[in-house]
Amino acid sequence: MLKFLLQRIVLALAVALCVSMLTFGLLSGTIDPAIAIAGEDATAEKIQSLRVAFGYDKPFYVQYVNWLVNALQGDFGKSPYFGLDVRDLIADRMPVTIKLGALAILFAIGLGVPLGVVAAIYPNTWIDRLALSVAVLGQAIPNFWFSLLLIIILAVQLEIFPVSGATSASSYVMPMIVLGTNGIPSIMRLTRTGMLDTLSADFIRTAWAKGLRPRQVFFKHALRNALIPVVSVSAIQAAHMLGGSIVVESVFALHGLGMLAYESILRSDIPTMQAVILIFSGFFIIFSALSDIINAYLDPRIRVS
Amino acid sequence: MTDQTAGSNRGAPRTWWGVFSRSKFLSHRGVVFGGTMLVIVLAAALLAPVLAPHDPYQQALLNRLKPPFWMEGGSWTYPLGTDHLGRDYLSRLMFGAQISILIGLATAIISGVLGTSMGLAAGYFGGRVDAVIMFIVTVKLSIPTILVALAVVQLVGGSLQIVILVLGLLLWHQFAVVARAVTMQIRDMDYITSARMVGCSSLRILATEVLPNVLNQIIVVLTLTMASAIVIEASLSFLGVGVQPPLPSWGIMIAEGKEHIFFRPWLVMIPGFALLFLVLSINLLGDGLRDITSPQGRG
Amino acid sequence: MASSPYVIVDELTIDIRTANGVLHAVSNVSFELPQGEVLCIVGESGSGKSMTALGLMGLLPGMATRKAKRLVVEGRNLLAMSPLEKSDFLGNRMAMIFQEPMTSLNPCFTIGNQMVETIRRHRNISARDALTQASKWLEKVGIPSSAGRLDQYPHQLSGGLRQRVMIAMMLMCEPKLIIADEPTTALDVTVQAQILQLLSALQRELGLTMIFITHDLGVVSRIADRVAVMYAGQFVEYGATREVLKSAQHPYTRGLLKCLPVPGRSARGAHLGTIPGSVPSLTGDMSGCGFANRCEYVAPDCLTSTVPLADRENEHRVRCLFRPEELISGRTAAGATP
Repeated sequence: MLKFLLQRIVLALAVALCVSMLTFGLLSGTIDPAIAIAGEDATAEKIQSLRVAFGYDKPFYVQYVNWLVNALQGDFGKSPYFGLDVRDLIADRMPVTIKLGALAILFAIGLGVPLGVVAAIYPNTWIDRLALSVAVLGQAIPNFWFSLLLIIILAVQLEIFPVSGATSASSYVMPMIVLGTNGIPSIMRLTRTGMLDTLSADFIRTAWAKGLRPRQVFFKHALRNALIPVVSVSAIQAAHMLGGSIVVESVFALHGLGMLAYESILRSDIPTMQAVILIFSGFFIIFSALSDIINAYLDPRIRVS
Repeated sequence: MTDQTAGSNRGAPRTWWGVFSRSKFLSHRGVVFGGTMLVIVLAAALLAPVLAPHDPYQQALLNRLKPPFWMEGGSWTYPLGTDHLGRDYLSRLMFGAQISILIGLATAIISGVLGTSMGLAAGYFGGRVDAVIMFIVTVKLSIPTILVALAVVQLVGGSLQIVILVLGLLLWHQFAVVARAVTMQIRDMDYITSARMVGCSSLRILATEVLPNVLNQIIVVLTLTMASAIVIEASLSFLGVGVQPPLPSWGIMIAEGKEHIFFRPWLVMIPGFALLFLVLSINLLGDGLRDITSPQGRG
Repeated sequence: MASSPYVIVDELTIDIRTANGVLHAVSNVSFELPQGEVLCIVGESGSGKSMTALGLMGLLPGMATRKAKRLVVEGRNLLAMSPLEKSDFLGNRMAMIFQEPMTSLNPCFTIGNQMVETIRRHRNISARDALTQASKWLEKVGIPSSAGRLDQYPHQLSGGLRQRVMIAMMLMCEPKLIIADEPTTALDVTVQAQILQLLSALQRELGLTMIFITHDLGVVSRIADRVAVMYAGQFVEYGATREVLKSAQHPYTRGLLKCLPVPGRSARGAHLGTIPGSVPSLTGDMSGCGFANRCEYVAPDCLTSTVPLADRENEHRVRCLFRPEELISGRTAAGATP
């Protein structure tokens, strides 16, 4: 188990390094960041002075190493658009996105797992078909449009929630539903197939033969086994949701990391973009490593060996 | 609804014509629904120049924001009403379908070629090649797709070609994973081994022996990738960083409609439902094809 | 010995819906078993013996349906039980030991956990006492140093140990009826003997009534008081073990016995017998004797008339139109194929 853990962490670090190189290269390589900052019609001297000021005149690899070393210390430079330290910007925006991501994954698990369980306990009934339709729809509905749909129905027509902004706790509800719906299909399907597989397992028959109550058989013996893959997929889904926050936060005007990313992209604010992309990748890398580790931990056959 | 079809197909030949000839296709509900829906959208897109009642770019400021025919004030002149510049909404919708399908197909093909070749190489050669390619896949998976697509398209400049290229470079991982898995399964089968013994080059074996066997699964991934590409393009365009106006991308239509969301919600609803309809049809088709071609590969 | 039989099975019939029609897995199986006796049900795979066991337990898979005139255990009518009553009864008054020890224990929970939940389901005792009970029972089934074992997961144990755990877990609540479904089949030969010995010893010690399912006639003579030979979903021969083994009357039983190596006979280099052919399809309408297509003594009547399980002397029942001395081979021109 320890060896596995170490391997997984080394892999995560290697991936993180590559991603950082890619993001840096991609953004600094595609355009001249100095022109992006100064604007197309700036004078040559202005661009040159900016280039020197931000260190863009140095060789590429020097820029990268400098940037990485600083980034590792939490210093992502100064945002030309916001005029603030990128670090502060991120610290300011991060809580919103984390809150949103946590709510969304809870929403997805809270709906996906029960739906999957019920669908598996009553396979090929209307309940099963309903769950399947929810999955198919949830998979197909585009985030940004679903957001608008919710605004039209819940905020404009029914006036239950505020249209946008993080003014109160309820303003998280619609973004949570949108992002959470992304995760429902895979969680629900996985729970369903996992439960179906498990319910036909020999040890379930043993559990019935011991006279255990349906509650114990379904929720202790079957669900425990069926949930192993669900937990790890949920971790991946959580990472995806954080990634999807860019669209949802923009629509609902939630001032989180996603919104920050969108703003920095629109303003070609390279340092902020690099930092945000790196952080979102970091989320994914951490969550997928977590997913593998949780998976190993939950399965005694891997954990105790 | 799909288990029986998949289950009874276990002995079927695993090639396209084989599947088709047994017409599992036509007995699978998802495939029939999805296929029919897709044909409708395809027809609307292809026949747009003929069928569209108006020029999608023709502005008529006197006829701005007309409601669709079923609402008060609507008329059959503009069956789905007009947008804020008085352009016919139905015509824009039909030409928008062209954009969505073009982007979906082109992206899926680019990423398909890229990902499949990587997956074939990884699965066939194994060892170090496999390790390197799988590492690349892992790195790719860690990159937030929409974010990077937004950033790059914004920096390079939004146009149809750029969006296709960027998405093509961002959506290949599933092809690689699937092609690798299938290749590994068949790598050591007798006919591959004997082809190797006869002295066929690796490239030739991959192209003539392995690729045809991988194709079934690849086409499934192709459909699902197409759906993702369509959604991402619409999202980019919606966020103003993608295909640029006046092109009638559905994402742009929704973004423009958003300005009137309080009083004219249909401007958002109509292109949104079109998008949902298209994506749903492709997903249903893809899921159905997966059920048919791989009995175990569900969920 | 109790005056009324401890187990009464009256015309148990189990049908399974399949893609190819209804499969008659078990047809009209009846037997009675006094308390403390061991009944062996013998048959080849697919003969319906496991289905009989599962049917008695009420643990049939979803596509199977059970019908019976009476199913009585310990004076309780199993057919009339509500799901709750049934779950109170299972594991408590009657229990089952399964064929596959490798997969019959939940891989996600420790041995101790799975044993404790069993006893706490049926007895109102503290978790602590339950653990004590569990380790006591592990020792009883021959697993020493059992305190440490309780914290182990099934995958850490060998097949033989797992089957011992299974036995301990099922006996914890001291049920009086044990159904053992080929409990040794999946194990190594040496381990098989140990488990068989253990079960047999426990049966005597605890005065268990036992239904033992096996495909191995060799086992029968060692543990069974009665034996039922099952073929194509029916009992074809039923009686006291000595009686059946000594004077087997059904051609199938006689064939089975011929397949058995007997010390002395096989030493002289004689061939072990085999029964040609295979079990008939159990789907659709079945008329005539189920064994007719493999029977060397088949007669025209065998293919058309329904053959009853007829009483012979000494409570011996045989499902054959003929007595052993009446059996003549090659009676139909078609030979063994109806």
